[in-house]
Amino acid sequence: MAAVTHDQLQGHQPGPTGLMRWLTTTNHKDIGTMYMIFSFIMFLSGGVMALTIRAELFQPGLQVVQPEFFNQLTTMHGLVMVFGAIMPAFVGFANWMIPLMIGASDMAFARMNNWSFWLLPPAAILLIGSFFVPGGATAAGWTLYAPLSVQMGMGMDLAIFAIHIMGISSIMGAINIVVTVLNMRAPGMTLMKMPLFCWTWLITAYLLIAVMPVLAGAVTMILTDRHFGTSFFNAAGGGDPVMYQHIFWFFGHPEVYIMILPAFGIVSQIIPTFARKPLFGYASMVYATASIAILSFAVWAHHMFATGMPAAGQLFFMYATMLIAVPTGVKVFNWVATMWRGSMTFETPMLWATGFIFVFTMGGFTGLICAIAPIDIQVQDTYYVVAHFHYVLVAGSLFALFAGAYYWLPKWTGHMPSEFLGKLHFWCSIVFFNITFFPMHFLGLAGMPRRIPDYALQFADFNALASVGAFGFGLSQLIFLVVVVKCVRGGERAAARSWEGAEGLEWTVPSPAPHHTFEQAPVVK
Amino acid sequence: MESARRFATASAAVGLAGPALAQDSPARYNLQAPVTGIAEQINDMHTLMLVICLVIFIGVFGVMFWAVFHHRKSKGAVAAHFHENTAVEIAWTVIPILILLGMAWPATRTVIEMKDTSNPDLTIKATGYQWKWGYDYLQGEGEGIRFLSSLSTPREQIEGGAPKGEAYLLEVDKPLVVPVGKKVRVLLTANDVIHSWWVPAFGVKQDAIPGFIRDTWFRADKEGIYRGNCAELCGRDHGFMPIEVHVVSAEKYAEWVSAQMQAQNVALAAQ
Repeated sequence: MAAVTHDQLQGHQPGPTGLMRWLTTTNHKDIGTMYMIFSFIMFLSGGVMALTIRAELFQPGLQVVQPEFFNQLTTMHGLVMVFGAIMPAFVGFANWMIPLMIGASDMAFARMNNWSFWLLPPAAILLIGSFFVPGGATAAGWTLYAPLSVQMGMGMDLAIFAIHIMGISSIMGAINIVVTVLNMRAPGMTLMKMPLFCWTWLITAYLLIAVMPVLAGAVTMILTDRHFGTSFFNAAGGGDPVMYQHIFWFFGHPEVYIMILPAFGIVSQIIPTFARKPLFGYASMVYATASIAILSFAVWAHHMFATGMPAAGQLFFMYATMLIAVPTGVKVFNWVATMWRGSMTFETPMLWATGFIFVFTMGGFTGLICAIAPIDIQVQDTYYVVAHFHYVLVAGSLFALFAGAYYWLPKWTGHMPSEFLGKLHFWCSIVFFNITFFPMHFLGLAGMPRRIPDYALQFADFNALASVGAFGFGLSQLIFLVVVVKCVRGGERAAARSWEGAEGLEWTVPSPAPHHTFEQAPVVK
Repeated sequence: MESARRFATASAAVGLAGPALAQDSPARYNLQAPVTGIAEQINDMHTLMLVICLVIFIGVFGVMFWAVFHHRKSKGAVAAHFHENTAVEIAWTVIPILILLGMAWPATRTVIEMKDTSNPDLTIKATGYQWKWGYDYLQGEGEGIRFLSSLSTPREQIEGGAPKGEAYLLEVDKPLVVPVGKKVRVLLTANDVIHSWWVPAFGVKQDAIPGFIRDTWFRADKEGIYRGNCAELCGRDHGFMPIEVHVVSAEKYAEWVSAQMQAQNVALAAQ
């Protein structure tokens, strides 16, 4: 151990090179990079599934795929995007940026960090490989509701194991983040001086530790119901199918915040930089994040208003859900107040962050509308909900990820990303995103259920529009690939402080950040 | 609800959501035209929420875009240095809570009304099967009638071999028939996996859960044909198990009941 540390301190690159370097690396920057490459590959795979879905839905009738395969696609699109793309991408950001932001030399558990990453590719192979087993991939929806999931073929078992493995990876990643943030901050960096990204990730990490085991329990019960004669979710054996939903959503709702809180953190780093003004209401941002996290454990059954809960249950979950609008509103107000009377410029990261606030907030409003139990009875399981969660998950989490990527690419690569291509990527994305998902609100209100391969004729026009938008959106993401490749290979040299208004320890180290940083902890005043 | 209704008219007038369009032709932009009291309350509440959200949206983003266009470095804006203001922060925490209370009040009343399935005129059990619905008239006029109801759209239409009909994918061989103006309680269960019985014009959506019975109710105020879908993913043909309800006058309903009874007796005798 001591010898390894000594070599690392010298800044040498000892040990293996090539593939073995990446397999055995314990460096938080290498691991962060691998997380992000992995999540981008998964993002493209999930995107291909989405485009196949949209191709089928381009017009009424069955043209491209059959219903069985269509259901597999919707299911796998959800699983791949949630567990393969969005979550690992945020863990990648955490790996790269948290040590740099708090002045730590690396993550607390460097070897465990390697393991948490390298669990993911086998899980992805299991998940995507399940398309090729007899019966195909699971087609029970990403929520894997019993008893439908109990009916599935062996693709379901592969998905369960993949979820187990990804869950272990997430828990280890989360423990690593908690320990790093709590123990490895530079002298003088108190918790309330920490960059907001670290705060949101600290809280997210606790959410992950709390709920990933719940998901593991839920899918394990499905597994034993499927193969070992248990009846957790089978009424004939004394079980209850609705219990699965309670357990799943006890995981599932905090999961929603797991995917959005780090996004809030990224945006809270970017807005002050380009407004050249400190973040408004830092303390209230921290409290709002914590309140959202705590409330997230008390709202799960708003996904289940149509299961037939008693009135008291519906009312409780309706009120609790509405309450989440308060801290979320505080965040939006704080961002706007940060921009107010700033001295703003709109480089690519700021464009994405501003776009995030604008479009994410629309998803927030539809969330509030869905929270009203009687309205939710109408829109539950329709395209309205599809529109809602893509507004918060694509225009929310994904846009924030792009904002963060453009913001920190200079630090990662040492080169400034192309402003022209970055802006093109932004404008294409936001326009096509809205063409794709805005009409879905109308579809859902007018009565189009989600997860159907074919639909009644009055929905044809908006579906055609959404499909056109989806292909535009999908192709636009290739621009990002070009930006990153160009940025890695060359371009304008980035200064240590790559953006004029950027504050924080990560901008005190050179760009690209050397392999080892903060061997001597900086002192924060 | 009076204020909500006013909002509804106002929004229709500005063409915000276009409920007027939805009267007779199928809905395209907004919730389907309601034919029950509950669906009407839901529509009003949705319009009210939409208007409130729109006002807040314009307010917040008015401020943001003002800043975006005016507080730019290129326009010589110099950054201020404020970063907190307790009074403002308390205000924008408390005011949203008050707005939420205003939203929760009508919603609470509707939830309680939706849950009140007592004293029905007619009780029908709907059973979800992969992939059709079964109906049993359990109590009230027509007691004893039972039948299965499955998609009647021909396969050629789905596969593109024939032009698609007007009620494509929303038509069944044997529709549910109920009398107008009567409280119908629907008991729901399923035979295999979870399904969900949804008729948008009634404001009714209730999961059908295998091994359990849940209930919901509606009282349709207008005769007509109302169509819905299974709303819970239930396997391969989830998109192909529609619900079609015919709401008819009391006389027509009585006729339909006696015809069904006769047919069932004939079928029994034949066995």
